[in-house]
Amino acid sequence: MTATAFPSATSAAPPQPAPFIHSADFTPRYWLFAAPAVLVVATVIVFPWLFTLYMSGHDWKIGGGPEFVGLQNFAELWRDTRFIESMGHTLYFTILAVVLPILFGTAAALVFHREFPFRGLLRTIFVMPMMATPVAVALVWTMMFHPQLGVLNYLLSLVGIGPQAWVYAPDTVIPTLILVEVWHWTPLVMLIVLGGLAGLPREPYESALIDGANAWHMFRHITLPLVWPFIMVAIVIRTIDALKAFDTIFVITQGGPGTASETLNIFLYLQAFQFYKIGYASAVVVIFFVVIIMLSLLLLYARQKSKWNA
Amino acid sequence: MKRLATKLGFYASVFVLVSPAVLVFLWMISLSFKNELDNTAFPPVFIPNPPTLKNYVDVFAQNNFALYLWNSILVTGGAVLIGLGVGVPAGYGIARGKATKFAILILVARMTPALSYLIPLFLLFQMTGLVGTITALVITHLVITIPIIVWIMIGYFENVPIELEDAARIDGATTWQAFRHVALPLARPGIVVGGILAFIFSWNNFIFSVVLGGKNSRTLPSAVYNSLTFEQISWGPLAAAALLVTLPVLLVTVLAQRQIVAGLSAGGLKDG
Repeated sequence: MTATAFPSATSAAPPQPAPFIHSADFTPRYWLFAAPAVLVVATVIVFPWLFTLYMSGHDWKIGGGPEFVGLQNFAELWRDTRFIESMGHTLYFTILAVVLPILFGTAAALVFHREFPFRGLLRTIFVMPMMATPVAVALVWTMMFHPQLGVLNYLLSLVGIGPQAWVYAPDTVIPTLILVEVWHWTPLVMLIVLGGLAGLPREPYESALIDGANAWHMFRHITLPLVWPFIMVAIVIRTIDALKAFDTIFVITQGGPGTASETLNIFLYLQAFQFYKIGYASAVVVIFFVVIIMLSLLLLYARQKSKWNA
Repeated sequence: MKRLATKLGFYASVFVLVSPAVLVFLWMISLSFKNELDNTAFPPVFIPNPPTLKNYVDVFAQNNFALYLWNSILVTGGAVLIGLGVGVPAGYGIARGKATKFAILILVARMTPALSYLIPLFLLFQMTGLVGTITALVITHLVITIPIIVWIMIGYFENVPIELEDAARIDGATTWQAFRHVALPLARPGIVVGGILAFIFSWNNFIFSVVLGGKNSRTLPSAVYNSLTFEQISWGPLAAAALLVTLPVLLVTVLAQRQIVAGLSAGGLKDG
């Protein structure tokens, strides 16, 4: 099967041929291409889901096997204030970790859409945080947050602001983690919205200019409606990613101080791999999974429905 | 005059946008080249004087860094290569066979937290004696690489006109040959993009290695985290290690920025 066995392969297409190609009857032959992926996906993705569902109805006894307990894990979660609180933390974190990057990312996209010297280089620098290894980023931020030796408190003192407790106080820990998340993921929103801006047509702007519209009007009535679908994509992705956030929170605070920054993911990790409550943790996964699926469907639905009212 | 003000305002906003990234990375570099005395000085010392390479030497000398680097290369390399081998044909099969449901299943996998795979896989590996092996880590990293690659490849193969393959088949090619000699070469940019993004997200992954990695099979991110003894933090070596971990992906970002941007908009997003 060498390339020469098939010389005309990449030549231009002839007028519409062969009826046998497009019909759905022949799709089975394409399944073979996906067969290895089906196998892998079944092992590392579908099996874990089913097993988690199974385990969520069981209690795992160390030394023994799983013991069926029905919905007891879920009932117990319902009464577990630590679990309820972790849902609250997740909600708090997620809302701000979506809204702020969307606002800043859209603003950044409008800036990087314009031509200016060194635009490519500056954009690359701007994008670097989202590619950086989360653990590495988290370690550097941890050092910067240090209450006595951290560079952030020093910089604040230069502009006359007193030292902050950052991740060391219960009421500032989540806003501080959101700060890191905003730094980390605003570039992603910027890239998505910039992709939308790149495809904008010229004509509406030209006629708007003739009509004497100012910059704000053009943004509000032309740009925003046209890039809105891209912003929606960014909102969907950001929401899912914020719900999944784990690495930086785990490295910087491990859920602390106390349980002040314990999100669902951290709670889940501790239940499973610190306390080895396998069935209990599995029940958390099931709830989490249902929430994510429902939210994704809702967002996808909103995305399809959304026509920006200009 | 007004135009000058607008221009200055614009450059000021560029400056504001770029500075958070610049500051954090510069501070990271600064920490990694300073001695311990300067790193814990207050007010902070900004320019290393004199700069020292001792932190980097310490990272390699004291922490088995080379072993973990090799582990990371094995795990990420394995997961990306298998991911491409399995995911590229799958993307083709899904795009051509219109296997929408399978595509959505893979997308859902992408949206689920990585942690949710860990409990069952941990038990599975425990039963098969794979906990603490590189093999187990490669298998779990497929959870990251395959969805990215499949979704990017679906997009690329959908853009290959089916007429080209039809033409090939009229000339007597099998479906496999049409894939191999027509569609695959045209989708090559997608393979590059998918490979790069899968590499980045697999390389950056932390949680799989924390739970499944053994003392000698850890990848770099969890090894660096583990070397962090909170009672006595040595900032210099820690910053040096953090910088070394993230250096490969930052280099790839700088070199392949265009491809990364194309790929991210094609649907491969963030890690597990």
